[in-house]
Amino acid sequence: MSQKDKTWKEISPAGVCWKSSQTYLTGDWKSFTPVRDTEKCTKCLICTIYCPDGAIHWDPKKDDIEFDLNFCKGCGICANECPTKAIVMKGE
Amino acid sequence: MEISEGKFTAKDIAEKPDLFLSGHRACAGCAPATVLRLIMKATRGPTIVTNATGCMEVSSTIYPYTSWATPWLHTAFETAGSNASGIEAALKILRKKGRIKDQQVDVVAFAGDGGTYDIGIQALSGAVERGHDFLFVLYDNEAYMNTGIQRSGGTPYGASTTTSQAGALVPGKQEQKKPIADIMVAHDMPYVATASPYYWKDLITKARKGIEVNGPAFLHVFAPCPRGWRSESSKSIELSKLAVETCIFPLWEATNGEYQLSIPSKVIALAPQKKKPVKEYLQVQGRFRHLFTPKNEKMLEEIQHRTDEKWNRLLKKCNVTVPAQAK
Amino acid sequence: MKNVAKQETHGLNGDEAVALAVKQADVDVVAAYPITPQTIIVEKFSEYVANGEVQTEYICTESEHSAMAACLAASATGARVFTASASAGLALMHEMLFVTSGCRAPVIMAVANRALSAPLNIHGDHSDAIAERDSGWIQLYAENAQEVYDSVLQAFRIGEHLDVQLPVMVGLDGFTLSHTLENMSVLPDGVVKDFVKTRQFPVVLTHEGKTVPFKLDPEKPLTLGPVALPNYYFEFKRQQEEAMKNATKVIGQIHDEYSQLTGRSYGDGLIENYRLDDAEIAMVCLGSTAGTVKVVVDDLREKGIKAGLLRIRSYRPFPAERIARALGSVKAAAVMDRSMSFGGVGGALFHEVRHALYDSTNRPSLVDYIYGLGGRDTSPTQIRQVFEDLQKSLQTKRVEPLVRYLGLRE
Repeated sequence: MSQKDKTWKEISPAGVCWKSSQTYLTGDWKSFTPVRDTEKCTKCLICTIYCPDGAIHWDPKKDDIEFDLNFCKGCGICANECPTKAIVMKGE
Repeated sequence: MEISEGKFTAKDIAEKPDLFLSGHRACAGCAPATVLRLIMKATRGPTIVTNATGCMEVSSTIYPYTSWATPWLHTAFETAGSNASGIEAALKILRKKGRIKDQQVDVVAFAGDGGTYDIGIQALSGAVERGHDFLFVLYDNEAYMNTGIQRSGGTPYGASTTTSQAGALVPGKQEQKKPIADIMVAHDMPYVATASPYYWKDLITKARKGIEVNGPAFLHVFAPCPRGWRSESSKSIELSKLAVETCIFPLWEATNGEYQLSIPSKVIALAPQKKKPVKEYLQVQGRFRHLFTPKNEKMLEEIQHRTDEKWNRLLKKCNVTVPAQAK
Repeated sequence: MKNVAKQETHGLNGDEAVALAVKQADVDVVAAYPITPQTIIVEKFSEYVANGEVQTEYICTESEHSAMAACLAASATGARVFTASASAGLALMHEMLFVTSGCRAPVIMAVANRALSAPLNIHGDHSDAIAERDSGWIQLYAENAQEVYDSVLQAFRIGEHLDVQLPVMVGLDGFTLSHTLENMSVLPDGVVKDFVKTRQFPVVLTHEGKTVPFKLDPEKPLTLGPVALPNYYFEFKRQQEEAMKNATKVIGQIHDEYSQLTGRSYGDGLIENYRLDDAEIAMVCLGSTAGTVKVVVDDLREKGIKAGLLRIRSYRPFPAERIARALGSVKAAAVMDRSMSFGGVGGALFHEVRHALYDSTNRPSLVDYIYGLGGRDTSPTQIRQVFEDLQKSLQTKRVEPLVRYLGLRE
């Protein structure tokens, strides 16, 4: 975001986007961070379904879920929907 | 897994890579963003997406960033339906002429209130009448949220928006919500369905059905907006559950015009004691706050009455009879 | 020099000529909505479709706005695309015209130039296309049905040229050209196919870090039509202007190539000088009126009067330098505007020709004639009157009034 913007000659025409939003870290928007109690978590994966930002991932290799705090905006939907209340939103 | 038959698990969905990528700039707790993520999980192969102007379009494509892993086109506010028509026609003919790979490419159009109910209805209606093969998804947050929460044809009765304010004289929007899904059924189209993100399995199944059907399909998805509805960002999915439980937003599908109630709503039909009063849904949203004053009591009654009336009409259309003892 | 292709003579009106050109040009998608006087184009093309004579997806959209959106979307998907409109239909597309050029989609459109409402008028004038002069579309104006046919074919090559990538509209005067039967030379299908070639795509950088052909392709995803904030929007507009600059050259090149093929030429492709070299008095105009003017010019020349005509074929890009050169030695000229710019002290063409001459040391005195609005016929007698007034002004050196009306009941 701090790099110099390109000139009209340097960019592709018609406004074709050249950066994935995965390089734009919305994680610093949050005022609350989800914290998961792994004891309570049943890995039902409901949180991975509902997250508007796709910031919760299921890692089959680790057989566990992962919160990607780079993109989590702290909305609290995961905490609200978790059937075992394994997620708690902690203030920053 | 047979997605169109609902035969999949949360794990199946979780393991499918996201095609609507993180890093988009939708608000925290934005249900439309969840809706788009889930619909994209329902795709079955090569897909081209087109968006009408609106929240999801703007928040996902701020140049030079994009949140779309599929080819994606935006042209204007009115044009989700007409874009889809052009893309579909081009794919058809280019395939026929051997200029592109001979493979099925699905076309999905996303639009909000404006792009569906109002400014976009003409193009949608025209595209459906012409029978183009595409899925049109309405992410309904019940106002023109992107431009600042202005009322739309999809804004429900009594809601306060910036252009239908709850003021000293007029208590919010006085007109009813346009029955867009019924309007689409009246087009005699192959597949129309309503969905809600809380019922994610139902939503994904229906999206996949819409994609697979030959011809136009319309999916009306309820998508709470914490910003515009003045509700808590953590409750967006819960609200989409309450809307179904209060029968404000029943879930059904119409295949070739034949209505069928979907399970979450069927449960309520067959066990009416589970039907929640609309108050429970309305009281957690700031846009309905003015209804909870003695002056506007009648409006609450009106909303309950209308909801019940429409619900009963829907039950008739779906050929569902409420059990005798519950009446 | 290549041999001129063997051509057949057909009796066609302007609309039919357009439809035939589109048929021969291997167009992939046509999305259009009917409006007088373009209806024959869409009807004729529908006939081709119904008889299986074209391999084209034909979308009868429910409005012109949707027609242009569908064209843009189809073009973005990689199809060669065509549409046609006029008057209110073109006006309804207004928003989408800008989007189409902004998305650099080479959509080709025939405009059967017709007056804008109100009051409703179905007859010819240039107000519809002139109102879209800022839309980023290349605009060519034809003098006769033959040129309409030729220009539509050239338009595909111009718009799709890698240095251009802009949409092109070809104007044919409503009823005068659209509906009037003319003997014209038609190229064989094979020759047209070789000329129009298949669509080429420039390459763009995508969010995957890949350089891919500029079209919607599931194997090479790209995002087109984003929101560009104040930090970037301006640069895209500059790119469009550069494309317009390149178009000046490309229009000339394609015209010359086509000239060699057919034996027909229209000046240098951008402007046509008719007996202008030693002319003292001249008229500047767009479109079919030029035909009438040429007859009057010939007549005047016979009488020893040094009259000439500058017909502008390419209105956008506006060939300012060429116009200034062409009119340099003319002493008095009349610009013919078949549209009005209310409150603008003359019509658009007058403004731009005057602008082109502003810095010239040698330039004619210039007056504006608003004429032919709403299909008002312009006779040779009236044209002759304008030349007479120009002759008079050579002596009086007077130009007032600057803006006049030809054929208006005053």
